[in-house]
Amino acid sequence: MNILSLFPAIPLLMMLGLWISKNLKQIHAVMVTGASALLALSVALVVLYLGMRADGQIAAMLFTGGFTWYAPLNIRYDVGVDGISVAMLLLSSVIVFTGTFASWKMTDGAKEFFMWFCLLSIGVFGFFISLDLFTMFMFYEVALIPMYLLIGVWGTGRKEYSAMKLTLMLMGGSALILIGILGIYFGSGATTMNIIEIASLHNIPLPLQKVWFPIVFIGFGVLGALFPFHTWSPDGHASAPTAVSMLHAGVLMKLGGYGCFRVAMFLLPDAAQELSWIFIILTAVSVVYGAFSACVQTDLKYINAYSSVSHCGLVLFAILMMNTTATTGAVLQMLSHGLMTALFFALIGMIYGRTHTRDIRELSGLMRIMPFLSVCYVIAGLANLGLPGLSGFVAEMTIFNGAFMENDTFHRVVTVIACTSIVITAVYILRLIGKILYGTCTNPEHLKLTDATWDERLAVIVLIVCIAGLGLAPMWISGMISDSVVPMISHILN
Amino acid sequence: MVHMEYYLIVSTIMMFVGIYGFFTRRNLLAMLISVELILNSVDINFAVFNRFLFPEQLEGFFFSLFAIGISAAETAVAIAIIINIYRNMKNIQVKNLDKMKW
Amino acid sequence: MEYTILILALPFLSFILLGLLGTKLRPGVAGGIGTIVTAAVALLSWWTAFSYFGAGRDGSGVFQTLIPWNTVWLPFGGGLHIDLGIMLDPISVMMLIVISTVSLMVHIYSFGYMKGERGFQRYYSFLSLFTMSMLGLVVATNIFQMYIFWELVGVSSYLLIGFYYTKKEAVAASKKAFIVTRFADLGFLIGILIYGFYTGSFSFTPDAPAIGAAKALLPLALGLMFIGGAGKSAMFPLHIWLPDAMEGPTPVSALIHAATMVVAGVYLVARMFPLFIDYAPGVLHVTAYVGAFTALYAAVVACVQSDIKRVLAFSTISQIGFMIVALGVCTSADPHEGGLGYMASMFHLFTHAMFKALLFLGAGCIIHAVHSNEMSAMGGLRKYMPLTHITFLVACLSIAGIWPLSGFFSKDEILAACFRFSPAMGVLMTFIAGLTAFYMFRLYYSIFWGKENKALHQEHRPHEAPLSMTIPLIFLAAVTLVAGWIPFGHFVSSDGMAYDIHIDWTVASVSLGVAAAGILLATWMYLREDRTVADGLAARFSGLHRAAYHRFYIDEVYQFITHRIIFACISAPVAWFDRHVVDGFMNMLAAVTEKVSWGIRKMQSGYVQRYAIWFLGGALGLVIVLLLAI
Repeated sequence: MNILSLFPAIPLLMMLGLWISKNLKQIHAVMVTGASALLALSVALVVLYLGMRADGQIAAMLFTGGFTWYAPLNIRYDVGVDGISVAMLLLSSVIVFTGTFASWKMTDGAKEFFMWFCLLSIGVFGFFISLDLFTMFMFYEVALIPMYLLIGVWGTGRKEYSAMKLTLMLMGGSALILIGILGIYFGSGATTMNIIEIASLHNIPLPLQKVWFPIVFIGFGVLGALFPFHTWSPDGHASAPTAVSMLHAGVLMKLGGYGCFRVAMFLLPDAAQELSWIFIILTAVSVVYGAFSACVQTDLKYINAYSSVSHCGLVLFAILMMNTTATTGAVLQMLSHGLMTALFFALIGMIYGRTHTRDIRELSGLMRIMPFLSVCYVIAGLANLGLPGLSGFVAEMTIFNGAFMENDTFHRVVTVIACTSIVITAVYILRLIGKILYGTCTNPEHLKLTDATWDERLAVIVLIVCIAGLGLAPMWISGMISDSVVPMISHILN
Repeated sequence: MVHMEYYLIVSTIMMFVGIYGFFTRRNLLAMLISVELILNSVDINFAVFNRFLFPEQLEGFFFSLFAIGISAAETAVAIAIIINIYRNMKNIQVKNLDKMKW
Repeated sequence: MEYTILILALPFLSFILLGLLGTKLRPGVAGGIGTIVTAAVALLSWWTAFSYFGAGRDGSGVFQTLIPWNTVWLPFGGGLHIDLGIMLDPISVMMLIVISTVSLMVHIYSFGYMKGERGFQRYYSFLSLFTMSMLGLVVATNIFQMYIFWELVGVSSYLLIGFYYTKKEAVAASKKAFIVTRFADLGFLIGILIYGFYTGSFSFTPDAPAIGAAKALLPLALGLMFIGGAGKSAMFPLHIWLPDAMEGPTPVSALIHAATMVVAGVYLVARMFPLFIDYAPGVLHVTAYVGAFTALYAAVVACVQSDIKRVLAFSTISQIGFMIVALGVCTSADPHEGGLGYMASMFHLFTHAMFKALLFLGAGCIIHAVHSNEMSAMGGLRKYMPLTHITFLVACLSIAGIWPLSGFFSKDEILAACFRFSPAMGVLMTFIAGLTAFYMFRLYYSIFWGKENKALHQEHRPHEAPLSMTIPLIFLAAVTLVAGWIPFGHFVSSDGMAYDIHIDWTVASVSLGVAAAGILLATWMYLREDRTVADGLAARFSGLHRAAYHRFYIDEVYQFITHRIIFACISAPVAWFDRHVVDGFMNMLAAVTEKVSWGIRKMQSGYVQRYAIWFLGGALGLVIVLLLAI
C-alpha cells in the first residue's frame, strides 16, 4: 500500500478503535496511539521525501499511486505529494496530536467527539494527498461536515447559530468549487481529473478560464477567510470547542490557501494573471481590516479569529503575487499561522476552562495565577506579531520580500499596505497581553485557579517547540517548499 | 354524415364543463363526476380521431377502452378515499381538506 | 577569530537556561550565571578588540573588515538571502566593548539593586537576551540581520520595561515603547525592502553596478531606514516612549535606555554612512536637522522635569541628538574635509555610554536610598552618600563638557564638526551644550544640595549603596575620567585612516565658557536652600513652564491620535462594519432566504382546486408559448 494512503487510513482505524472502546481510558489510548502514529508517519514522510529529492528525483509529485473508483467519469483515487503538501501534512499531524491533548478533559460524549474529530482529520489528510480533483473535493467535504456537529453539539455560546453559519458559508464555497472543477475538467478535455495531467495539457481557453478562476478562487477563498467571505470565522471559532478551533484555524483554513494555489492558480494560470489584481486588493484589505477589527474586540477568541483573517489574508495575498519567494512565504505563513493560532486557541481554551469567561474586561493579572499558561500566551503573542526567532517573522519577511519583487506601483503600494499590519498586530497583541496577563488580579474567584496540567503542558510545549524550530532554523523547510514552488510558478507564468 | 367537427365540439364542451365543475363544485363527489366528464371527453376524441383519420387502425378505440377501464378503477379508489374522509370528518366538503400541505 | 561566535552564543545559552529553569534556580545562582556569562563575553570582547586593533592596518592604511563567521539563514528567491554572521570592523568592535562593558556593570549592579525582587531569575534571563540581541545587532553582516536583532532588542526592552508587570504604568510604558518603535520599524522594513530589491543584496557594501541601478531610490531607502533609527534612538517626534520607559528597573534604564539600545539608530546611520555620504547627502543633512531639533527640544524639557530619571531620559534624547547631528553634518568621507562628524559621533557614543550609564546607576543608588524618583524627596544627600555624590559629579561634569573629562573631548569634536558645516548649526549646538550643563547641574544640586526633605530623611535615613552597586559606579567614573585621552581617531574614522584628534581651542574655549556659564547659572539658582530665582522664573513664565513640564503636550497628541483616531475612528467602525455590514449581509442572505421560503410556502395551500387552477394556468401558458413559438 502507498505510504500516503496511511494518512487517511490511520484516522479510519482510530474511528474503529473508538467505536469499540468502552471507557475514557481506552478512548484516550486509541487517540494517543493514533495521533502519535500520524506524527511519526509525517516526520518519516518528511525524511523520506527529502531523501528522495536528495537522490535526484525530480518528478513533480512523489509517492504517486492510485486506482479508479468511478469509471464512467474516470474519477480516480490518485495520491502524491510535493514539498508543499508534505509541509501541510506535517502541520496537520502536529495539530491533530496537540489537539488530542488539548481536549483531554472532554468527558461528555467523548467517544463521539473523537470519532467526528477523526473523520475531520481523514478529510484533511485526504485533501492534502489527493491529486484527483474530484477526490480532493470529496475529502474537502468530508472535512467540512463534521465541523457542523462538532460545533453544534460540543460548542459553547450561540453554537447552533455559529455551526449553521459556518457550515452554510463553507458549503456555499464548496458549491462554487464543484462547479469550478467540473468546468476545469470539461474545459481542459483531459481524460482524468488528475491535476498534473490537466496542468500539463494546459489548453483551457482564456475566456473559460476567466469564468472559472474567480469561481474556484472564491470557493476556496471562503475557507481561506477571504474578505468579505470571512464572517463565519469569528462566530465559528468563538463557539467551537478547543480542539476543533485548533484544527479548524490551524489546518482547515489552510485547505483554502492550498486549494487556491493548487487548483485555482495552477490549473487556470492565464486567468490568474489577468484577474489577480482584484483578489490582491481584497486580500490586502483582509490583512489590514482583520488587524484593525482585532484591535477593539473584547472576546479572546474573536481577537484571534480576526487575527487569523489578517494572517490568512496574507497567505492569499502572497500566493497572488505569483513569484517563488512570495509563494514560499505563503506556505511558510500557512505553517506558521497554523501552529501559532492552534497554540492561541489551545491556551484560550485552557484559560476559558478555568475562568469560564473569555471577556478580556473580566480577566486581569493572570500571570501571577497561571504563570505557565501566561508565559506561553506571551510567546504565542510574540510569534503572532512577528518576533525574529519565532515562526511568524520568517513567514512574513519571506512574503514581504517576495511581494516587493513585483516591480510595479500597484504591487508596491499594496505590499506597503500589507506591511502596516505588523504594527497593528503589535497593537492588539500587546493590548491583550497587557489587559489579561499583566496587572493585578481583580477577581477574587480567579486567585484560586491552578496552572496547566501535564496534558495541557505537553500540547503547548509541542506547539512552541515547532514554532521556535521553524523560526530558528527555517532554511531546510523553506528550501523544501521553494523547490516545489519553483516549477509550479514557472508553469503559472508560462 | 356527421362531420368530425361536431364530435369535437361536443367533446370540447364536455371537457370545459368538466373543468368548470372541477373548479367550482365544493363537494368531492361532484368534483369526481367532473373529472369523469373530462375523461369521457378525451375518450370521445380518441374514438373520433381513430374513426375519421385512421379508419384502418384500432389503436384509438383500444386506448379509449383502456382509459375507461382505468377511470373505473380510479373512481373506485377515489370513492373509497372519499368515504374514508367522510368517516373522519363527517362531510366531504373540499374546503375542509387543507391538511395536505407543507 | 572564530571564537567571536561565543560572544553571541554564550548570552543566548544563558537566556535559554535561565528562562527554562526559571524559579527552580536560586536567585543568587541565576544572577551568578548571568553575570559570569556576561563577564566572559566582556573578556572576549576586549580580547577581540585587542587582537583586532593589535593586528594593525593593511596596506591601504585601514583596519580590515573581518567576517569570521557567516551563514545563510533564510534564502529568498532572486539572489536575496538573509545571512547571520559576525562582522568585525572598527565601529562594531568599539560597540562590542561598550555593550559588554556596560552590560557587565549592570549585571553586577543589579545584584544589589534587584536584591529580593520577585522574578530575579527572569530579570537576569531578560538581561542575557538583551545582551545577546544588542551584540548581534552591532556585529551584523547585513542590514537584515541588523533588523532581526533590532526587533529582538525591541522585545527585550519591552520585557524589561514591563518587568514590574503588576504596575499599570510599567505595562503601559512597555506597550508604548514597543508600539512606537515598531511603527518606526515599519519604515525601516520598507527601506530594507527597497534597498534589497534595487541593490540585489542586503549587504552593507553592495557592488558598484548594483548601486548604479539603485541610485535613484537609494535616498528613499536610506531615509526610510533612518525613520527606523529615529524610532529606536528616540528622535523627535518618535521620542515619546523613552521617558516613559523609565518605569523599568533603573539598571535596565542604564543599560538599554541610556547606553546601548537607544544609540542603535546612531549606529545604523554610521553603518550606512558610506552610502549616505555618497548617494544621499541630502537625507544625511535632514537627519542633522532632526537631531538638532530633538537635542534642543529635549534639553528644554529636561530643564523643568522633577523626576530625576525623566531628566536623565531627556538628557539622553538630547545627547543622541548630538550624535545624530554629528553624523548629519558630514559632507565628505574624509575626516579632514568634512567627515570629522563621523568620528566625533562615534566618540561621543562611546563616552556618553559610559557617563550616562554612570548617571543612571548613580540615580539608581539614590532611588534605592530614598525610595522615590521625585526631586522633592531628595536634597542634601551628599552627606549621606558620599561615593555616589562624587561619581555623579564626575558624570555631570563630563556631560557638561568640562576639561579633562571624556565628555569634553567628544563634544568638542562634535561642535567643531558643526561649525565646519554651518555657523548657525555650531551656535545652536553650543547653546544646547550650555543648556545641558545647566539642567545637569540643576539635577545635581537638587539631589545633593539644595533644600533637604528632612521629614522624609528622618523617617528613613538615606544610606550609601552596597558594594555591588558602588563598584560599577567607581569603574565607570574611572572610565569617564580617562576615556577622553583615548586617541579615538586612530581607531575609528570616516575613511578608516588614522586621524589625530586635535582640539580646536577657539571652539573649545567657547564651549567651555558656555558650559561654565550654564553651571554657574544652575549654581546660582539651585545651590541654596531657597530657590526664589527658579520659582520666580517658573511663575513668571508659567505657561512656558507648564508646557515644558508636560513635554509640550506631544504625548497628548499621540494619545489623541491613537485613542480618538485609530481606535475610535478606524478600528471601532471597522469592527462595526464587519459585524453589521459584511456579516449583516450574510445574515441578510439567510434571512431573505427564510422570508422567501415562507412566502413560497403559502402557495402550498392544501386546497385541491387551487392547485388545479395553477395547473390549468400552467398548461394553458405552455400551450400559448408553444403556439407562439410555432
